[in-house]
Formats: sequence, structure tokens, C-alpha cells
Amino acid sequence: MRLAEDFEANPNQKLLQGKVIATLFFEPSTRTRLSFETAINRLGGKIIGFSDSSSSSVSKGETLHDTIKMVSNYADMIIMRHPLEGSARYASEVSSVPVINAGDGANQHPSQTLLDMYSIIKTQGTLDNINLFMVGDLKYGRTVHSLLMAMLQFENPIFNFIAPAELAMPNEYKILLTSKGIRYFEHSEFTDIINAADIIYMTRVQKERFIDPVEYEKVKNVYILRNEMLKNTKENMRILHPLPRINEIHTDVDSNPKAYYFTQAKNGVYTRMAIIAHLLNLK
Amino acid sequence: MEKHLKVSAIKDGTVIDHIPTKALFKVIKILKLEDCSQMVTFGNNLDSRAMGTKAIIKIANRFFADEEVNKIALVAPHAKLNIIRDYAVIEKKVVETPKEIRGIVHCFNPKCITNAENITTSFEVLSDKPITMKCFYCEKITSENEMIFF
Repeated sequence: MRLAEDFEANPNQKLLQGKVIATLFFEPSTRTRLSFETAINRLGGKIIGFSDSSSSSVSKGETLHDTIKMVSNYADMIIMRHPLEGSARYASEVSSVPVINAGDGANQHPSQTLLDMYSIIKTQGTLDNINLFMVGDLKYGRTVHSLLMAMLQFENPIFNFIAPAELAMPNEYKILLTSKGIRYFEHSEFTDIINAADIIYMTRVQKERFIDPVEYEKVKNVYILRNEMLKNTKENMRILHPLPRINEIHTDVDSNPKAYYFTQAKNGVYTRMAIIAHLLNLK
Repeated sequence: MEKHLKVSAIKDGTVIDHIPTKALFKVIKILKLEDCSQMVTFGNNLDSRAMGTKAIIKIANRFFADEEVNKIALVAPHAKLNIIRDYAVIEKKVVETPKEIRGIVHCFNPKCITNAENITTSFEVLSDKPITMKCFYCEKITSENEMIFF
């Protein structure tokens, strides 16, 4: 967090001069890849890699093991996204250089979590006593799970989950919260309960997550945040979203100072600069 | 009344008793007894006061390290080991669930990297009754009824 702050104050530090960073995106991800590549460019590093496995030797049947072995001979660091869960951890065992997980299936997306936390600390001044509202797809959304786990490290968080029954927060997380004596509340509708929020963390409700399309049609417009709903929310409340947004935040929210999602994405660059510099012991 | 042993006695070696009948061949596989060059005898569906029916395995001239035999805890958590020297039981052991399970079972998550590449699976055991374990790679929790053995 301190390093990210340092990079935000001074974004062009050529700490990676002479270094080669591999960005291996076995599945496409525009935002995360651009964010990492911007971070590398700002640090003065060179980038090799691919943005889609169809343009790599994976399409010829090469194993992840062999790809990582090869690339770790070329680059000083590997940043990878892969559709299979646990792939980044496995790559870190195989690789001779540090590996950053830029998303492994539905498992983890740690750099997103760190940038979410950086955004919370920047807007709230602390990570303690945060009343966090999570909205949308809480069942499959890895960003909400990772953020929840991260916030457990801090004092007295309160969680409010707003989701349709089909996409409710999985029991394993609720059991964990109960076992730690952490308060959480579940709601199926967006109401003025959001007035108590310090942070509203919005996510997409994706049609493909529903077995029954009728169920999707029923809820698709229930979880849309509109500007008028923000009238009585706290002054320093901020709205976060991992992006991309579809329709779950109405565009009339964008001009509200409480809308923070685009700045949050910008914070991602500083956070990723900090992760890279930290792992290569450059700072 | 004359007492008969249903599985013949061994002079030296290990007797694994109180194996659930359904787990017998899994135990044989886990301990790699198919490759054992020593005499291996086993009985299945034997009467048991505690279990109703049970299985037993006797392996001549083989003695197992604790971590080796504890692997069978996944399928035979109540198994008991008798260490035999010169036809006498010199030591009794119970199987203990290890804290970490390597190999033996697949991760039940089809999207786990261990099901796509040639990787030895590794799990942290979270609880032993019933057994639940967390994959070291994908972090998903596999429970007892989801276990798929190699």
C-alpha cells in the first residue's frame, strides 16, 4: 500500500530498465493485461508474451509446465492469467523467476484485491471498521471472495451481501464469518439499507450463471444502482466495481463524486507497479 | 472349541485389521501391495463384532513407516496395525489421519490444474471426521463422498 502510494505520487520510475517481463494471458483479459503492461512500461521494462493462447504454442499442445520452464529462461518475471484454478501456484513451483497471478479461473485474482484495498484505504483512510456492501454475483465472483478474505485481516469489518438466491454468498464464507464472530447480513433487494455503507462493491450479474433463463429475467434489473439511490448515502461512501460494467451501475451514477470505479482502475496500475517492484526487490 | 484363523498367520510382518470391506482393494492400491514381492494374504467379508464385516491384510516381512501407513486413513480410518515378530504381536498401532495428503486422490474440481497436467496432488486435511481436505493448488474443498482415488 505504501509503495503504491509512492508510485502514485511519482509514476515514472525506471526501476525495470534492462528487465524483461513476460505477460502470459492464456485467456483474454483486456483490463488486467493493459493495467499490468502500463505498470511495466511506466517502470521502464520490456514486455514479451501473448494475450490469447491461440497465438502461443499452447495451441500446439504444449503443457503449462513446458511453457513456464521456457519463458522463465527468457524473462525476469512472469505475469499470467490462466483458465484453470491453481495454475499460477503450479507455475510458481516450476518457474525460476517470480510469478504473479493475474487470475486463475474462478480461484483468485490477488492483484485486483490489492487494488481494491488500496482504493478503500485511499477513500476511507483506513481498512478497519469498514461497512462493506457487496452486490450482484456473490457466488462465482472471485473478486468478492478475495476481498472478503482480505478484509478479515482488519478490525471489525461488517459485511452486507445483496444478491439473488441463485448467486448468494457461498456457505463456506458465511460459516467462516460466523466462526470469527464477524457480523454479516444478507439481503435480496437493493433498498435504503445502502445508506449505512462505507463502500458499495458492485459486480455483474451474468446471464450465463443462471440455469433457468426465466430466473435471470426476474432479477436482471433488481441489482442496478442508480443515482437517485445515493441521495442519503454517507458523504464519503464510494462505489467500487472490478469492471467491466454492463448495466448494473446506471451511467447517471458516473458523474456522482461517490462513483470511484474508474479511479479504482487507475489505482490498479500503481498497485501493480508496487507488486512488481516488491517481488523483484527493486524498492 | 478349536479356533481357526481365516487368514493364515505370518511369522514376521504387519497385519492390518479392521479395514472396511469396501476399502480392501483401495488399501492394497494405496500401499502398492500389487508390487510387493513378499507374501500378501487377505480376507474380506470376515465377521466383526465392531463392524459387522471387515477385511484384513497380512504382509510378510514388511514394516511400514507411520507416514506410509497413515495414507490409508482416507479409506480405513479405524484400521489397526499389528507388528508381528516370530508369530507374536510386538506392537499395536492405530492409523492416524495425516495433516497433508499427497497423491492417492484426485482433486474433485474438474477445473483444477492438477487434473490437466501431470502434477502430484496435495491436500491439507481440514477435518478428519468426516474427512475434508483443501487442494493446495485450486483451494477447493474435497469432502469424503467426493473423493476419487487414482
